[in-house]
Amino acid sequence: MSIEHLILRVVIKIMFAPILLFALYVQFHGDYGPGGGFQAGVIFAVAFILHALIMGLDETKRVLPVGVLKVLMVVGFLFYAGTGVATMLLGGNLLGYDAIDPASTHHAGQHYGILLVEFGVGMAVASTMLVIFYHFAGREPEIRDEDW
Amino acid sequence: MTIASQLPVIPIILPLVTAPLAVLMPAEKWGGRLPHVFTTLVAWTVFAACAAILHSVATVGPISYHLGDWAPPIGIEYRIDLANALVLTLVSGVGALVFPFAHESIRSEIDPRQVNLFYAALLICMAGLLGVTITGDAFNVFVFLEISSLSTYALVAMGANKDRRALTAAFNYLVMGTIGATFFVIGLGLLYQATGTLNMADIKIQLAGDNNRMVEAGFAFIVIGMGLKAAMFPMHLWMPNAYAYAPSVVSAFLAATATKVAVYVIIRFIYTVIGADFAFAPAAFAWLIAPLAIAGMFFASVVAIFQDDVKRMLAYSSVGQIGYMLFGVSFGTEQGLSASLVHLFNHGLMKGALFMAAACVMLRIGSHSCNAYAGLAKRMPLTAAAFIIAGLSLIGVPLTVGFISKWQLLSAAFDSGRAWAGFLIVASSFLAVIYIGRVIELMVLKEAPKDAPPIKEAPLSMLIPMGILVAANIYFGLNTELTVDLAERAAHALMGAGR
Repeated sequence: MSIEHLILRVVIKIMFAPILLFALYVQFHGDYGPGGGFQAGVIFAVAFILHALIMGLDETKRVLPVGVLKVLMVVGFLFYAGTGVATMLLGGNLLGYDAIDPASTHHAGQHYGILLVEFGVGMAVASTMLVIFYHFAGREPEIRDEDW
Repeated sequence: MTIASQLPVIPIILPLVTAPLAVLMPAEKWGGRLPHVFTTLVAWTVFAACAAILHSVATVGPISYHLGDWAPPIGIEYRIDLANALVLTLVSGVGALVFPFAHESIRSEIDPRQVNLFYAALLICMAGLLGVTITGDAFNVFVFLEISSLSTYALVAMGANKDRRALTAAFNYLVMGTIGATFFVIGLGLLYQATGTLNMADIKIQLAGDNNRMVEAGFAFIVIGMGLKAAMFPMHLWMPNAYAYAPSVVSAFLAATATKVAVYVIIRFIYTVIGADFAFAPAAFAWLIAPLAIAGMFFASVVAIFQDDVKRMLAYSSVGQIGYMLFGVSFGTEQGLSASLVHLFNHGLMKGALFMAAACVMLRIGSHSCNAYAGLAKRMPLTAAAFIIAGLSLIGVPLTVGFISKWQLLSAAFDSGRAWAGFLIVASSFLAVIYIGRVIELMVLKEAPKDAPPIKEAPLSMLIPMGILVAANIYFGLNTELTVDLAERAAHALMGAGR
């Protein structure tokens, strides 16, 4: 175990969980205040990007392999689209959230619908950000002659 | 839920939901069969839905679908009348043929690890093009345009496995396409500033024929931005390379659909959004669209004659054919518009078939340069026959769809008192005789090189879709009921909305 960059390592270990927590706050408070799936997804990914910057890309890839991220990208998107399809199956139009809770007098369905959709957005954005980061960070530093 | 009430959204949501599933499928197991079969079934379902929409629009009338149950103009509306139902059917129909066609060709041309990504991207591209066509919301056009464009850049770049130049071609296309999309959004922003709404029909109502500099500028930005996407001369420079170095299947799909959708958007904005009675429109027709269309018809066709790569030649020919469509629009008459719509549909059929033939040659001979076509009539008789029939259709020989297009354009030209325009159309058709004739001569009269290895005809999975498309070239040339009648009614409705 090397002790290079000891301070940075300790700081990121302390920061990691609060960043994730803040991401979840932005995610689920997005209906009432500034925020939402896109911002939350980026913040969520930032925690792992910091981890990769300090601990090295290989360590982060052991925590979150690219294969898992690909699945998360798809599942996140399907959460979004699936909500739309579900409202269609429940008798509304695509993304007509009122169909989720038609009996509600204060459009509770709208609230559940956007919550589900934003959750999907957050998941897809976080995993896409990380996949992009992995690809850039994992690139060969020099472009070889035969690659031109 | 009833299927009928949700029909308009199925062509969009189905490919969007299923494309990510294709990403998760194994790329190399069973030779990439799984994503191929899956996406093919999706494409067929989408085509069936589009055909049902066309039938419903033709018999009952325009369809309006409110997304999220929000009524327009606040919410996004899918509004389908005859004009876009026709384009929807073309795009999904070409898709339904290209997907089964793709398997063999793609396996030989792209990195086998990317097969699942390829089918997902092609599906998303189709969803984007259908979305651009189906929507009645101006900003939604931009969103779907970006969906289709971004997947197109990736699809073109996949050609890098065969030829590294695909990467620069894709990058060029990305830069140009982004500029086009930016111009389009700037135009939308100006129109939004002027009217406070983004619903196409509502913009028209709010404008109420008003004319000021801002609306004029917005209109100009939209036409130029979309012109870039449609490869309107002289903004076509991204296209020859993108089509030449993209995987053959991608070229076939894009050539038959992407530019047509952009032309459709130009027509839609001129007639439904701005209105042909808008004081600026005749000036735009006379001083911008018509001259550029004529220049494209001649310049691009002449350039096509001197290409020694068949796919590049076909791409330049597409620039010329886009010229015909815009020329028809620029007459400003109902007949001209109808002729444009007919040619839009027909040209999709011809170019799709021609590029499919090029894909078959690429698979068996491994090249799309003209030399590879020497003696092809003996080596691959069915592919050569398909190329010849589709080529004759491109020239405009009777009994093919090309003849119907040219005939409609000519009669529109003469009826609007533009005999010179008719002359120009015929004259530029002779250029098509030269560039297509050159390849046909190579195929039929030249002998293959002595040391050429013996090759088989293309596999059935490619011959059948290509055969269907070639048959469509002849069928719609003999039976004009579907295309011409529908286009005339669509043009009437578009012009009617402009009064």
